[in-house]
Amino acid sequence: MSKKRLATVWLGGCSGCHMSFLDLDERLLDLAELADVCYTPIADVKEFPHNVDITLVEGAVANEDHLRDAKKIRERSGILVAFGDCAITGNVTALRNLFNVEDVLSRAYRDSMIVGGVPEGDGIVPKLLEKVLRLQDVVAVDYFLPGCPPPADVIFQFVVDLIGGKTPAVTGRKFGS
Amino acid sequence: MSRRIVIEPVTRLEGHAKITVQLDDAGQVRSARFHVTEFRGFEKICEGRPFHEMPGLMSRICGICPVSHVLASSKAGDMLLGVEIPPAATKQRRLVNYAQVLQSHALSFFHLSSPDLLLGMDSPPEKRNIFGLMEQDREFLRSGIRLRQFGQQIIELVGGKRIHPGWSGPGGVHERFTTRQRDEIVKWIPESIESIGIALDRLKSVLDSFREEVAHMGNFPSLFLATVNEEGGLEYYDGVIRITDGSGNTIAEALDPHRFYTYLGEASESYSFMKFPFYQPFGYPQGHYRVGPLARLNVAKFAGTYHADREMREFKQRGEGAVCQSFHFHLARLIEMLHCTERIEELMEDPELFEEAIQAKASLNRREGVGSCEAPRGTLFHRYWVDKDGLMTKADLLIATAQNNQAMNLSVEQTARRFLDAEPDQGMLNRLEAAIRCYDPCLSCSTHALGRMPLVVDVTGPAGEPVRQIRRET
Ligand code: SF4
Repeated sequence: MSKKRLATVWLGGCSGCHMSFLDLDERLLDLAELADVCYTPIADVKEFPHNVDITLVEGAVANEDHLRDAKKIRERSGILVAFGDCAITGNVTALRNLFNVEDVLSRAYRDSMIVGGVPEGDGIVPKLLEKVLRLQDVVAVDYFLPGCPPPADVIFQFVVDLIGGKTPAVTGRKFGS
Repeated sequence: MSRRIVIEPVTRLEGHAKITVQLDDAGQVRSARFHVTEFRGFEKICEGRPFHEMPGLMSRICGICPVSHVLASSKAGDMLLGVEIPPAATKQRRLVNYAQVLQSHALSFFHLSSPDLLLGMDSPPEKRNIFGLMEQDREFLRSGIRLRQFGQQIIELVGGKRIHPGWSGPGGVHERFTTRQRDEIVKWIPESIESIGIALDRLKSVLDSFREEVAHMGNFPSLFLATVNEEGGLEYYDGVIRITDGSGNTIAEALDPHRFYTYLGEASESYSFMKFPFYQPFGYPQGHYRVGPLARLNVAKFAGTYHADREMREFKQRGEGAVCQSFHFHLARLIEMLHCTERIEELMEDPELFEEAIQAKASLNRREGVGSCEAPRGTLFHRYWVDKDGLMTKADLLIATAQNNQAMNLSVEQTARRFLDAEPDQGMLNRLEAAIRCYDPCLSCSTHALGRMPLVVDVTGPAGEPVRQIRRET
């Protein structure tokens, strides 16, 4: 049997969920035996591959790049997991929804001890969405793995279950949905 | 016909970013830029919330160095209360800060950069990562995983949780340190010292094969800024700011970190969400400076621990007055890991760490507070304003990585000039990324956001029109 293909993706989050994934510590070596980690921010594959079996998505959908990436990732993944509270509820990333996006930007780039102005992007920096969205607002999500971040032990069991074709226990909670 | 090369996403970095290289008609590099594409706006979203919530909220700026934000935030809170916290609380915060520098540097060196250093800049991209390293150098990688684990376990033992620990806040910390915790920690120390020593030997032994990279991937004079203690030694939690230049001359000394805004300013450029801090007396952009491991070893006169001092003396020999090659951030990082482990060992013997008093109780006494510390990537400053009820009215955050922004831009430009040929190949693309990776940028922090870094090499014409785009696809 060929190994399951696993990917991890990072949208609008703090990377804490990914760090918790790395907190598998030496179990990372075991995981690499069980699955082929075909795409992750800690490796050099630039384009999200086709035919991924399981994808963990950290973070909320906060800008146009995230929106584009989320859709592409959904199309190319068998099982899509909202990985951590930012992906599930918007969490801290979505706190800016209390304000107008212009006010948030101008607070950061105009009001303080700044020379210059709000970055316009030069066509390179993606435009922020008016409101930060949950992953499930944008694409269909198969499983929810809650926590800020989810603890490493929970991640390990969850991923091992998915690789083994089992339904992971934690999904009963459908946190934040 | 001039071209623009865009690298997207920049990978094995902690954040979302792109690199672009502009070529002129003759195919020569006109400029190269590093763009940060993420933004979360913590300066705004904190408004109206109680300052006691800030360590927990600001921690979410970054999952790699949450402890730095917890500490800067707790210290700003201490100042709002107007208290001096008990010695045991200070020592606990110091301990957890050392643990964090250790785990974060282990991540940067072993998980992210050692594939370049040990497998080579030109090795196949699909293997040039920790999984490739697992096949080739399993035990070396395991030692790095365990070093990170050591740091993370201290954070968990003391802070209750590895990522976003909530144990420290305005006035002190919430739990006493116990001998059981000490016993857990001391077990790890001999292995850690040994593993870091082996990594140092490995890195030094391959440096010769990176001569060109050392010389051209970010080698320029600049100012360096870091916290030092009263004697001018390495310091990560409480001290004064010292600034030196590319020849090792002192530019400013004994600056008060609580008044950073009187001598540091920030600029913004339209092409990046990351700001460009500068030393005000020199203006922008001349006043740009570097922070982090390389800066700390340049600015501090000594380490103050046995093994780290030996390495630091040797390190300082690599420059004249200052080590200006950003490639040596890697070496500096390993030396700091050694130092942090030694300091952790010392703290385990310190009776004050175990004392009962851990909280200074007070209500709000000031309307403005500043907290600063050395984060893994450099000096971090939080400045808060609150109303009479202690609700936040404003926050300014000066983030470690952002202070290397100008240097990172200079580094990609220098690297592009040296390594970019008519037909950019994978090795060149990787070197552009590796130039950035030296700084271990935490872009989550620097834009108060974090994500994956894109790497696209975009080729544009004289008027900026796109000619060709090269994406790293494997
Ligand atoms: S859920 Fe928490 S740990 Fe994960 S990205 Fe969001 S803030 Fe960070």
